[in-house]
Amino acid sequence: MSEQSVTTEQATPTEHETSEISIGQIGLYATLIGLIGFYLIPIESGLVTSIKTSTALQETFPFLPPFSASGITFEKWQVAFDYLAPGMVNSMLFTIPSTILCAIFGSMAAYGLTLVNWRGQIAVLALFIAGIFVPYQAVIVPLFQFWSQYMQLGARLSFLWGLPLLEPHYATILELIITHTAYGIPIVTLLFRSQYKTMSDEMIEAARLDGASVWRVYRRIVLPLSIPMFAVVFIFQFTQIWNEFLFSLTIIGSVNDPAASATLILSGLGQSLEGTDYPLRMAGAFITALPTLLVYVLFADKFAEGVQT
Amino acid sequence: MKRFLELLRSVRRNRSESRESERAGCERRVRTDGGTTEKRSTLRRWLDSDIVQSSPFWLPPFLLMGFFVYAAIGWNLLLSLTEYSGFGDPDYSNLSLQNYWAMLDDPGMWAATRNTLVLLVGFTVVCLIVGLLLALLLDREIRFSRSFRTIYLLPFALSFIVTAQFWRWMYNVQNGIVNQFIGLFGLGPYNWLGSPRLVLGSVIFALVWQFSGYTMIIYLAALRSIPNDQYEAARVDGASTLRMYWRVIVPQLRPATVSASVVLVLFALKAFDFLYATFDGYRPRRGADILATKMVRESFGRSEWAYGSSIALMLFALSLAVIAPYLYNQYKRGNL
Repeated sequence: MSEQSVTTEQATPTEHETSEISIGQIGLYATLIGLIGFYLIPIESGLVTSIKTSTALQETFPFLPPFSASGITFEKWQVAFDYLAPGMVNSMLFTIPSTILCAIFGSMAAYGLTLVNWRGQIAVLALFIAGIFVPYQAVIVPLFQFWSQYMQLGARLSFLWGLPLLEPHYATILELIITHTAYGIPIVTLLFRSQYKTMSDEMIEAARLDGASVWRVYRRIVLPLSIPMFAVVFIFQFTQIWNEFLFSLTIIGSVNDPAASATLILSGLGQSLEGTDYPLRMAGAFITALPTLLVYVLFADKFAEGVQT
Repeated sequence: MKRFLELLRSVRRNRSESRESERAGCERRVRTDGGTTEKRSTLRRWLDSDIVQSSPFWLPPFLLMGFFVYAAIGWNLLLSLTEYSGFGDPDYSNLSLQNYWAMLDDPGMWAATRNTLVLLVGFTVVCLIVGLLLALLLDREIRFSRSFRTIYLLPFALSFIVTAQFWRWMYNVQNGIVNQFIGLFGLGPYNWLGSPRLVLGSVIFALVWQFSGYTMIIYLAALRSIPNDQYEAARVDGASTLRMYWRVIVPQLRPATVSASVVLVLFALKAFDFLYATFDGYRPRRGADILATKMVRESFGRSEWAYGSSIALMLFALSLAVIAPYLYNQYKRGNL
């Protein structure tokens, strides 16, 4: 909205200005394009490196593509994919459910704390919002203890693993789903709250006076209006949970665990005593980043909207 | 989830039933027993109050979050007062501050604290400046501004683990682009990630690459919310562009700066992921150890769980020092 109004108002410069700007404009565009280089070269360099043979890696600059067809190989992509495929599946298995649960819980919490007024709600809300800022390090030891010593979901749910399609390492995935949901609730609540605050009170008041229950107002008025926010939250939260590393490291523990996430596997990929296999790591980096990159490219505006709030 | 919905439904059913019976009962009782009516209607009023009515919405998420966040922090505090080092269960009967005293005598602790502060301040300040400049460049009548914005924000969508791969390669001593680039000017090569003097700056630079797009987005939103006539007024008054920005625009960006800083500090505290992936583990090169890496190393590497917990609490205190004033300020302004 505001963007459009700015453009329309600035789109009518006086003639004096147009002639004056044009020389500065060249500088401006040169700077902007130079900055594109700065932001894209690390990524571009990774991409060209991932398809180089070891000889091409020696012969060419890191940011140039291989000179000849013989210098190109997709072997590293193949190898990286073989390593990462199970991790990608695991990451999907916990990212999607936690994202959905976060969105549902966050929307409900924001509604209960914003559109229904009661004394003391601000204190509860403050606890929600402060939860966004808790560094994960402050909780990983208790979290690790809770899941590995006290809860032991794998053993508790052992009766399930005999069933078809279910595997023991899904217990770890379940732990990750619960953990990510719990830690996603604060930020998602804030995102929904920022929208609910702008909703017209009158409409909700009117509905309440007409005898609509709290639940009915939510289902009939608030929920339909918050569908765009759900999209933003899905995109933002999917990216956050997919990219998360510390919980994977603590709850899963080992790269070799069948529940290992994509980020966890990538962190140890191609590392040997002789050094790092950079092309393999680069290929792995792209495969791991693929879902978030896809979301980002397809929904760039929604993503930016989520970041802004 | 399903069970919760069932619970919700049954609660609602009970409530509407009781409400009806109350309504019927009330009328009868008004004539006979005034006292009971009063008591009943208090209960009814309580059940109908907004705090109870809204609790099915906020209470379940609050309990889930509260357990994993606040109860976990409390547990962490308790652990940090024990001597637990990985065998059996922690002994909670004998609590002392010894881990906190041990911190004072730990030279690694001082180095990690210093590095953490340098990282927090350096990263936040540079990110704010770069982000502001990007936003000022883009907040004009230019073509493709949306595409520029998308590209500058792109690194923010990637994980620390992924960006760390790219920057390891950028900083590579033999083949890294950074060394090749400064070689054009007759400088280097430097071992960016290996030298204790350079490593922290190199990490900050890479993190600025990843997060300056985020600051840009925040500033762009703030710039666009400034009414247009303010630009016009300044221009009519004959103020130079630079002066206009300094006097009119920048002061209005303070709320954006504050909220961006808070989030950036948080990302800096999370830089653990980046360091882990850059140095293949929680043992970064000398000069790059921060509280976050030291905490994980003490806990998961050396099984000094209690000591690790006390470092974790230091980290928590650090972030609290940043966010508590922020939240209080937001509350005062009615933004919360």
